[in-house]
Amino acid sequence: MQLHDIWFVLIAFLWTGYFFLEGFDFGIGVLTKLLARDRSEKRVLINTIGPVWDGNEVWLLSAGGATFAAFPEWYATLFSGFYLPLLLILVCLIVRGVAFEYRAKRAEEKWQRNWETAIFWTSLLPAVLWGVVFGNIVHGVKIDAHKEYVGGVLDLLNPYAILGGLATLTLFTFHGAVFASLKTVGDIRERARRTAAVLGLLAAVAAVAFLAWTQVDKGDGSSLIAMIVAVVALLAALGANRLGREGWAFAFSGITIAAAVAMLFLTLFPDVMPSTLNESWSLTVGNASSSPYTLKLMTWCAGIAAPLVMLYQGWTYWVFRKRIGTQHIADAHIPDTHVSDTHAPTPAS
Amino acid sequence: MELALAPETLARWQFGITTVYHFLFVPLTISLAALVAGLETAWVRTAKQKYLKATKFWGKLFLINIAMGVVTGIVQEFQFGMNWSDYSRFVGDVFGAPLAFEALIAFFFESTFIGLWIFGWDKLPKKIHCFCMWMVSIGTILSAYFILAANSWMQHPVGYKYNAATGRAELTDFLKVLTQDTTLVVAFHTLTAAFLTGAAFMVGISAYHLMRKRHIKVMRTSLRLGLITLVIAGLLTAVSGDELGKVMFKQQPMKMAAAEALWDKEEPAPFSVFAYGDVEKGHNTVAIEVPGLLSFLAHNDFTSPVPGINDVNKAEQQKFGPGDYRPNIPVAYWGFRWMIGFGMSSFAIGLAGLWLTRKKFWLAPGLRTGDEEPPRLAVTKNKELGARLSKWYWSLAFLTLGFPLIANSWGWVFTEMGRQPWVVYGVLRTSDAVSPGVSQGEVITSMVVFTALYAVLAVIEVRLLVKYVKAGPQELTDSDLNPPTKIGGDPSDADRPMAFSY
Repeated sequence: MQLHDIWFVLIAFLWTGYFFLEGFDFGIGVLTKLLARDRSEKRVLINTIGPVWDGNEVWLLSAGGATFAAFPEWYATLFSGFYLPLLLILVCLIVRGVAFEYRAKRAEEKWQRNWETAIFWTSLLPAVLWGVVFGNIVHGVKIDAHKEYVGGVLDLLNPYAILGGLATLTLFTFHGAVFASLKTVGDIRERARRTAAVLGLLAAVAAVAFLAWTQVDKGDGSSLIAMIVAVVALLAALGANRLGREGWAFAFSGITIAAAVAMLFLTLFPDVMPSTLNESWSLTVGNASSSPYTLKLMTWCAGIAAPLVMLYQGWTYWVFRKRIGTQHIADAHIPDTHVSDTHAPTPAS
Repeated sequence: MELALAPETLARWQFGITTVYHFLFVPLTISLAALVAGLETAWVRTAKQKYLKATKFWGKLFLINIAMGVVTGIVQEFQFGMNWSDYSRFVGDVFGAPLAFEALIAFFFESTFIGLWIFGWDKLPKKIHCFCMWMVSIGTILSAYFILAANSWMQHPVGYKYNAATGRAELTDFLKVLTQDTTLVVAFHTLTAAFLTGAAFMVGISAYHLMRKRHIKVMRTSLRLGLITLVIAGLLTAVSGDELGKVMFKQQPMKMAAAEALWDKEEPAPFSVFAYGDVEKGHNTVAIEVPGLLSFLAHNDFTSPVPGINDVNKAEQQKFGPGDYRPNIPVAYWGFRWMIGFGMSSFAIGLAGLWLTRKKFWLAPGLRTGDEEPPRLAVTKNKELGARLSKWYWSLAFLTLGFPLIANSWGWVFTEMGRQPWVVYGVLRTSDAVSPGVSQGEVITSMVVFTALYAVLAVIEVRLLVKYVKAGPQELTDSDLNPPTKIGGDPSDADRPMAFSY
């Protein structure tokens, strides 16, 4: 196994981490409309990911940065080629991050409602778009002899890629519902489980169709195994959810996502972005990667940093391990500016 | 018109807008993280309530600010690939590594520990809670270091070789990229300027409250911390800036000449205070100068020659082939001046403030103030500043919070535009770096989208900051004063509302 093969695996690992973690973040965002009955339930859902969403999102930045360093050609072709979908994803991630942080910082009804609407859409759209992006990567796009994407934006909206988008949306929302049932108490926990049962079926339909299409189109023996793991794990997650074994359900929905991502990358290898115009124009681990020196350096960095990251991120989940319900959500401490606008000195403190 | 809408021009504008905007938040994040961590440490060690109040107050402003810094940073990570794909292909082997290091080491640090800090008030014992902010602070500094190493490589490429077979720059010595003099001096300069920015922010807001005689105890402490940091950081910014000038003169003589609008070699070379000239013909029509000072900035003596723009342009034409190697001279010239002018004004205001608000040194007992009254501005031992001048000083101290932001922005505009027409100095031209496959329409779309979104977010963010600044520090609650003793929270209060929730 050469260094660029190892880096292909590591990039796949970073994307797996990203979809596993931000997958349920996106799901929670979508569920604020589907599951929560009122504002305090919305807040319960948002606060289940409150302390962790930012760290989860860094897996994306790491995947992006590592692709830049390990496969510059892949990074360049992907981000300049899929320009508009990525622009939309960036806009969503910007608004979404601000929405989480700012929503409770003012008391006005309109302010809070607007940010809540923003959280729903900016979670839903990337959940779809990442599936569309990866559908296109796996299927291949119009890449010319100079490694440039020469298709248009509409080429990216083909049926296979859209099915990919539906698969990620339903999988992430299911994953989010399972996560909600694991992290909440009270009425919302029961409803999260019931919602998860429905979402799991939808995810099964969309994901099985997408993965089967992938398998027929480009698959081989190893991708078939990954696909079987994904499907079995999804069924196991549904079963565990039905039995009220929330921890197991979450582990299995996570395995589903990991196996699905693994399958996509197995199908891709040794290409990183196949060309549909001419097979010899495809970007491969060989012709898109950095020099051995850089790859070696990056291997050291990732080899030390990644386990540490998982350790302290894991610790965060342990610190915030308690379930939360509406009783744990206090009114936000929003200072009243008008009172302190008087010119009288405040009492000494 | 054609040039104005050329993909290179558009991509550069977009990079300029998104990067300057992002960098409004970065220095505040770097410095406030450390200052808040310092205040929390003071609380942990002394148990004085004013420190906890200050921690919470500045911490809240820090969070409003960092939220914007984080989300605008995502764009930075991806726009190299989007708008500058040929740049990415050419330099990815070298430039990608520090970026990946930044994400894997610094971003994870920052984002994970900031989550622990925000939500951890009732989940973590106070020492560990405080430790989390120090980790955030380390994360911000590491992040700055890696990205500045990457930028320094663009200013002065080292530790690489050009591979003709692959047609790209390839890394040969990462340690050199991380430790070359450009990286060290730029990091020193940028970090000290960041602390200047956060300190001026703290001084400005403390002054705002103190002149209204509000929240005196907390604001007195904050003012003092701010002023001391402002003076130390201001001094170090000047020292590092001088150092950087010498490095720049050695590595990019064109930038130094452009910064001074020095058209032809002079010996000794003067420092220009004001200049107005004809860029096409290449000379100044009006010039006010301090003799010999530029020689000193470049060489540490007042007599050595400094080559001018026309000389360097000729030298570069011989080296790199025909072409115009001059950057935009007025932008470089005035950018350099705005940077120094605004940065050093803040420093001067800080220095004046530190003297005027001194506690005991050379101060008559009648002018000394207790913890619960605003400081009196004492010029000499017995003489207080007049009422009108005092008011002027407090207003100026308030305004200074904006100065370093202006200085930082111009500093980056100067250093990046002063490097043109190169994106990697002497190696890759900016015109060869843009994405060939991205259409004009796409770049215009993204530029309009980002600019509009950033403008809306700026209004939202500033209004939110104003609200929280005006409100001042909040009264402490029982739960603030009784932090948990166990990690994960004490078991006795299972149903107690969270100390903080979104």
